[in-house]
This record gives sequence, structure tokens and C-alpha cells, in this order.
Amino acid sequence: MIGTVKNIIEVKNLYVYYAKFQALKGINLNIQANCISALIGPSGCGKSTFLRALNRMNDLIEGARTEGQVYFDGKNIYHPDTDLLTLRRRVGMVFQRPNPFPLSIEDNVTYGLKVHGLTARNFLEERLYRSLQAVNLWEELKDRLDENALKLTGEQQQRLCIARLLALEPEVVLMDEPCSALDPMATGRIEDLMYELKKDYTIVIVTHNMQQAARVSDYTGYFLLGDLVEFGETNQIFTSPQDKRTEDYITGRFG
Amino acid sequence: MRIKPRIEQKIAQSVLMFFTFIAVLVLVFILAVILKNGLPQLSLEFLSRNPADMGREGGILSTIVATIYLTIIALLVATPLGVGTAIYLTEYTVENRITRIIRFGAECLAGIPSIIFGLFGFILFVNRLKFGWSILSGGLTLAFMVLPTIIRTSEEAIKAVPASYRLVSFSLGSTRWQTVTKVVLPSAIPGIITGIILSIGRSIGETAAVIFTAGSALRMPTSLFSSSRSMAVHFYILAREGISMSKAYGTAAVLVIAILIVNLITYYLMERYIKHRS
Repeated sequence: MIGTVKNIIEVKNLYVYYAKFQALKGINLNIQANCISALIGPSGCGKSTFLRALNRMNDLIEGARTEGQVYFDGKNIYHPDTDLLTLRRRVGMVFQRPNPFPLSIEDNVTYGLKVHGLTARNFLEERLYRSLQAVNLWEELKDRLDENALKLTGEQQQRLCIARLLALEPEVVLMDEPCSALDPMATGRIEDLMYELKKDYTIVIVTHNMQQAARVSDYTGYFLLGDLVEFGETNQIFTSPQDKRTEDYITGRFG
Repeated sequence: MRIKPRIEQKIAQSVLMFFTFIAVLVLVFILAVILKNGLPQLSLEFLSRNPADMGREGGILSTIVATIYLTIIALLVATPLGVGTAIYLTEYTVENRITRIIRFGAECLAGIPSIIFGLFGFILFVNRLKFGWSILSGGLTLAFMVLPTIIRTSEEAIKAVPASYRLVSFSLGSTRWQTVTKVVLPSAIPGIITGIILSIGRSIGETAAVIFTAGSALRMPTSLFSSSRSMAVHFYILAREGISMSKAYGTAAVLVIAILIVNLITYYLMERYIKHRS
């Protein structure tokens, strides 16, 4: 579907354990650049664990242990020399619930830039404008930039969180059920936004909502009990799944 | 016989209201006695002159100054130590046997009578380190006395900061220290300040820990090594030795009003801070 196929992330034999519990059992998967890849599956199947493995957020969970390799831009991010701060700037994350800091709208967007030492006034202003523009918030909020972000609606907050991430110009955006706290209208608009963003970013989204996966993604992976059952073009997964278990899940017989 | 829930609820409400009334009554009674006896003593002269004739005459200026110095030293030492310990325990360690022992130790420390801190300060600062009876010895002793309170309240305040703030901060590539200083502490400040106010109140009003360490000289303190008498100690000596009950009440009134003002100012500032952030 895309002329030049480039795997921006290659996952090889990825195992994740939480203490003794095996959350991921040898996952092999490639993520293509400038595509939306959706990960579906029942609760507890490991899809969020997988997502967090891609920017090493599992490191923050006590007792979590990872084996295997994740190549991002050709380098294994689990190599001991990996600079986590740079990795997380390049592979960013949007969370389930909108979680702006209790700071002004402007400070939320520029937070990531400031922690990475980028503080030039003009530069911050330009990134602020571009990021809010990218999530279609600029017109709404341009006169309220110094207001507290907690005053915004849920949808605006989630857009702001995406803008906060885009300000860092990451290459990959990981989204962990980004619409689960939003109403259907807002969900639709966030999905439109994802579609716009894939021009410039690679998106990996975890979702409970199969229609959402079918609507927005180019590729879909089905996780079950820590295994990746099937991964392929979304169209194919939803019309002619190769695995019986995938078919059972997407037709609603299971899950 | 079973009491009907509706009646039971009425009785409970009345009893609880009565308890509250008693609690408030005691407070009002104490304040009334002190202010009734103390306020007539207050005058510009009482506040602006040093005690004379062992405190029978004159004012209490030197004891006010000594109290301020002691409290400032106590907080300058205890705040960084306490908040730093709290940050380390909550953000840099995971809950294990050692952190539990540290926490248990801090709690025990909070329960130790202040006179024991006085004895400790006397042995360590006054004698061992040869600071003598001084503002420095007294301030350091007070610092260790209020340290557990500051650790405890700071820890609670830091723990109450939503975990999602930290997660987001890390996911944007911040270090732990950046996360602590830019996200966690600003949200925890009101709680931390509460602990500091409590500590100011305790330092201003402390007698036993100070009498052994700062001494009871009535002179105006001129350096860290001056022996000096805090307001609370002054009150204690005036009353205990029957020097002047009226001056004692005057001192007590100033103490109470000072603590009231500190609380009011801080709550006002905190209110503004919280409003600004939400």
C-alpha cells in the first residue's frame, strides 16, 4: 500500500515478565513508517505491555523484565548504551486518560522542549503554534494560552496531550486507548486527527474498539494471552483472518 | 430492644455535635483567658523594649527576636533535610524493609518528648560541639525536633501527586530530577507548606527543648553564639518563679497572636497559589 516499505520498528523475540508472570511470549513484529498500526485483543492480552516495550516505559514498572530485541531506526533500544531520554523523545506516548499537567496550556506544550534544554523564546513560540495547529486547537485556544489546562474539556485535554508530544517532533507516536475516556463524537474527531498525523508520524495504537481499528489503521495485530496471533493489513485481518482465533474475536464469538 | 435507625441517627448526630461543642469550647476558653489577661499588657512599649529587672519591668523585645532567630534556624536546617528525605524515600527508593525502618524511625522520633530533644541538644551541641547555650544550639535542636513532622507531611503530600504526572513526564524524556522539580514538587507544595507551618508553630511555642540548649539570658542576641531566651521560655520562667504574672500573660498573648498571624498569612498565600494552579 505504500511505495517504499520502511520498517521503522522491528521487534524480535520479545518477552516481558512481571515478576513470574509472562506477559509477552516471544513477539515478532515489524512496524512500518508513516502507517497506523492497531493492536487489538481482550483485556490482559499484553497489547499495552507491548506498546510500553517500544519506548521502554515498562522499565518504570517494578519487577518488569524484558528479553529480546526492539530495533528502532536500526538500533536495539534494549542495548545497555541506549539513551532513554532521547529514545522517549523520539518515540512518544499518549495515554488512556487525558493527563495534562496542572500548568498553563502553553507550559504543557513546551514542557518536553524545556526538559530537553530547548528554551529559546522564538523557538518555543513557534513549536507551540505548530503543535496546537497540528491538533486543531490553535484557533480555539490562541487567546487562552495562559489558562490552566485542567479547565479544558476532556477532548481538548487529550488533543493538548497529543500536542505536548508533537512539540518534541517524535518519529513514532504510541497511543494507549487514547479515546476510551471520550464520547463517540470526540472519538471520531481524534480518529480524523490520527489520519492527518500519519503523514508525518508513525502511529501505533492500542484499542479495545475493533471498529476503531478497522476505521483508522493500515495494519492490525491481534494479541491473545501474551501471543501475537496474527498481524497483517487491516483489510485482510477483518475480511479474511488466517487464524481461527482472530476470526472468533473479530466476529464477536470471543472477547 | 432495637432502636429505630432514624432515632439512632438523631441520637448520634446530637452526641457528635455535643462533642464538637466541647472541643471548641475548650479552645475558646483557653484563648479567652490568655487574651483577657494578656491583651491589657500589650503596648508598643511592651513589644519594643527589652525586659528589665528579670522581666518584672520593661518589654519582651529580646525574647521576640530570639524566638524569630531560633525558628528561622530550625526551618533553614529542617526544611531541606526533611523535604529531601521525603523526596528520596518516595521518588528514589521502592518500598522495602529499609525504607520501612527509616519511616518507622521517623515516626518514633516524632513521638519523643521534646525535653529528650533538649537533653540530646544539650549533650551534642552545647557540650560536645562546644556551641554553648546559644541560638545555634537551640535552633539545631528545634530542627531535629520538627524534622519528623516535615518528613511525614512532605511524604504524604508527594505521594498524593497523581502517578500519571510522573508517567507523562518520563514519557516525554525527562529525568527523574526534572520530574521531581518541575511536576511533583509544584503539586506537592501546599502539603509541604502545611508541614512547615506546623513546625513553625511548634518551634515558636517550644520550651523544654530550648531552655536546655539556647539558655535563658535576657540580653538581645547579637550572634549565632549568643545565649538567649525565647518567648515561651520567658513565659515559663516568669510564671514558674512568680516574677510577674501580668508580664507572663502579656508574653503568652503575643505568642498566641504570633502563631495566629503566621497561620493566616500562610493560608492566604497557599490559597492564592492553589487558585493560580487550578
